[in-house]
Amino acid sequence: MITYVRNNHVEIVDNLVQHVWLSLLPVVIGALLALPVGYLAVRKRWLYQPVVNAGAIIYSIPSLALFLILPPLLGVGYLSALNVIVGLTLYTLALLSRTVADALISVQGQATQAARAMGYRPIRQLFGVELPMALPVLFAGLRVATVANISLVSVGALVGSGGLGNLFTGGFQLGFVEAIIVGIVLSMLLAGLCDVGLVLLQRWLTPWTRTGART
Amino acid sequence: MITFDSVTKAFPGGNVAVDDLSLELPTGQITVFVGPSGCGKTTSLRMINRTIEPTSGTISIDGEDVTTQDAATLRRRIGYVIQNAGLFPHRTIVDNIATVPLLNGVNKKQAREEAAELLTRVGLDESMARRYPSQLSGGQQQRVGVARALAADPPVMLMDEPFSAVDPVVRDSLQQEFLRLQSELGKTIAFVTHDIDEAIKLGDNIAILRVGGRLAQLGSPQDVLDNPADDFVADFVGRDRGFRALSFITAAALDVEPVREYVERADAVRLVLDDAGRPAGWSVHGVEGLRALPSTFTRDDSLRLVTDLAITSPAGAAVRVDADGVADGVVAHEAVARHLTAMRHETQR
Amino acid sequence: MINYFGYLFDSANWHLTGDSSIPERLGQHVAYTLVTLVVSAAIALPIGLLIGHTNRGAFIAIALGNLGRSLPTFGLVLLLVTIFGVYQWPVIVALVALAVPPILAQTYAGIRSVDRSAVDAAVGMGMRPMQVLFRVEVPMAMPLIISGLRSALLQVTATATIAAYASFGGLGRLLIDGLNRNEYDQIFAGAVMVALLAIALDYLSAAVERAVVSPGVRERRGRLFSRSAASAPSKTSAEETAVSTSR
Repeated sequence: MITYVRNNHVEIVDNLVQHVWLSLLPVVIGALLALPVGYLAVRKRWLYQPVVNAGAIIYSIPSLALFLILPPLLGVGYLSALNVIVGLTLYTLALLSRTVADALISVQGQATQAARAMGYRPIRQLFGVELPMALPVLFAGLRVATVANISLVSVGALVGSGGLGNLFTGGFQLGFVEAIIVGIVLSMLLAGLCDVGLVLLQRWLTPWTRTGART
Repeated sequence: MITFDSVTKAFPGGNVAVDDLSLELPTGQITVFVGPSGCGKTTSLRMINRTIEPTSGTISIDGEDVTTQDAATLRRRIGYVIQNAGLFPHRTIVDNIATVPLLNGVNKKQAREEAAELLTRVGLDESMARRYPSQLSGGQQQRVGVARALAADPPVMLMDEPFSAVDPVVRDSLQQEFLRLQSELGKTIAFVTHDIDEAIKLGDNIAILRVGGRLAQLGSPQDVLDNPADDFVADFVGRDRGFRALSFITAAALDVEPVREYVERADAVRLVLDDAGRPAGWSVHGVEGLRALPSTFTRDDSLRLVTDLAITSPAGAAVRVDADGVADGVVAHEAVARHLTAMRHETQR
Repeated sequence: MINYFGYLFDSANWHLTGDSSIPERLGQHVAYTLVTLVVSAAIALPIGLLIGHTNRGAFIAIALGNLGRSLPTFGLVLLLVTIFGVYQWPVIVALVALAVPPILAQTYAGIRSVDRSAVDAAVGMGMRPMQVLFRVEVPMAMPLIISGLRSALLQVTATATIAAYASFGGLGRLLIDGLNRNEYDQIFAGAVMVALLAIALDYLSAAVERAVVSPGVRERRGRLFSRSAASAPSKTSAEETAVSTSR
């Protein structure tokens, strides 16, 4: 194992780097897009069910199928990295729109009614009161989306943008178990790191949850 | 009859929840276990149906030690009502009620029919039978909980703060209904509450427990109010126990003044009757319209009610009515005071 | 202009039998998916129920759940095939291994989520332990248990698609073969069929959920929207939704 790593560390690192931005960029974009979508789904109640349904449909499509339906739709080649990025962004958007919507619904209550009575306007209230309160739930969704994306990027190896997935296909082709194991381990480490990172970020953003009371 | 014989419950870790408790719960009566937090009342209750097992001592139902029977079979013969009703959300109301009969192998159709009947008995409409618990209010759920406990017609019922989780208005009507039911059914009931007023209202016997699980006093509500065993009990019962004791004295012996005197008086406040002789309200001089009577009282009502009515009336008097609601006497609050003085002279003699 | 629909509309590809026909591939895919689901449910459900009911070994359930989510599905399939050879059974083992964690984690979570007072009432009324588990706890835990099964279903359908790379059968073959031969219409046909299958299976499982979960236990959308002061239950359900979806 060690020899494999030493001999191929350049390739490994390259794949790792590619994996990182292929998985995290869609999370960021998807999350940012999910905020307005989720918000609208709550403001206009009739939008909620359609949004949830659309999200469920998108989310149920297997990754490889999605990566291969997009090229004709996007007008790019089958091996373009854009397919993977757009695909994963769609997944993230599908997942997090519902998370945002449900999170906003769940924080409606005494605090938000008080805020409205004090004279908060909707947007200010959204960013100043509701989103902060919804952060724990939002982060739970973010963590799921991030870890899922990190796993799915490796499928992109079949369409030329696989990050660590290239180690899987390479290892399979050549019968190198070490390559696959390294790929799996690094992928899981990356997922673990991101998860921990998000938890720390959440704690930093929500100091009021740090003191005392547990749910 | 339920008997506690030197029952002790010590939890691992040293906490003694119940300490050498001995008492009898008479058949057909409501015995209330009441006391502050940590007095072991719920623990005592749960030892009756063995959801908690005693560390030492025995509990017997009609002479039979409860530990000699299989726990599950024992529990099916004891009704169990808990604070949040604990209804099964995945079953309809009627299936909830029929739980124990179905467990005992009763035919499904029959069990459901009997359950529907019980539903009306606890004051709910039959249309609720096919609904689910989440569609009912807290008070309604609690009624279903009681119906469920009654389904197998057990001779004994355990009730752990059954009315504590609902708001005061609902609680009052639940308590009234419960007393009505008990007068029809005559079960042996062990009832737990932290509310001394509820204990006095509902209990035939009251067992006051102190923190650490020791019995402080056992007696009728009247006993507890008139003769608290020690400072703890007196404190727990509360400061106005003298006033509350009035609840147990009826208005039957009160002298009343004729209704005529309040109808025809020249004073600022007059009583106005309708054509049938029923009180319509008080007419206050210079004020438009009538001031309605919040209530009237009958011979069987308590002195406490009479005093309250008299105090709140603009004329300082309460109106007594007969079975048809026709006014047949008026009592001023001075008359109540005179009556109390007379009673004291009686007891001092 | 590339004709993407060529393969899809070529009737030669729709013969019910014969290798590499669409129905054949579809049948294989469904068969693999169902077999995997049944096997992994048979493993994960009892363990999840046991851990949830006794609350011992909770750590295993939660850790496995997290592990399952972070394990790259593609990597595991290729790993087993590389070690054991290009056969069907290593793929099935990988599929089962990937489906067990979500079922286990959600079953455990479901049992833990059951309202304790209902269990207390059940015990106090004289139900024996197995009766309490199967007549009260499981029905009440159904929403979460089913969501775990549905997640696993999605997971398996998707992974079975990718397994075609390791010479596995199923609809993924259309995608892999199409890619190898640059036959865009075959790729398109495969992608469309896989997507439709996955959506159809998801809808079917939703119908099963509606049939199996008691109306009294279902989450009511109306309640989610009511602005009541005590909205604590909705918060956990939003978290549950976030956590229960996995691929």
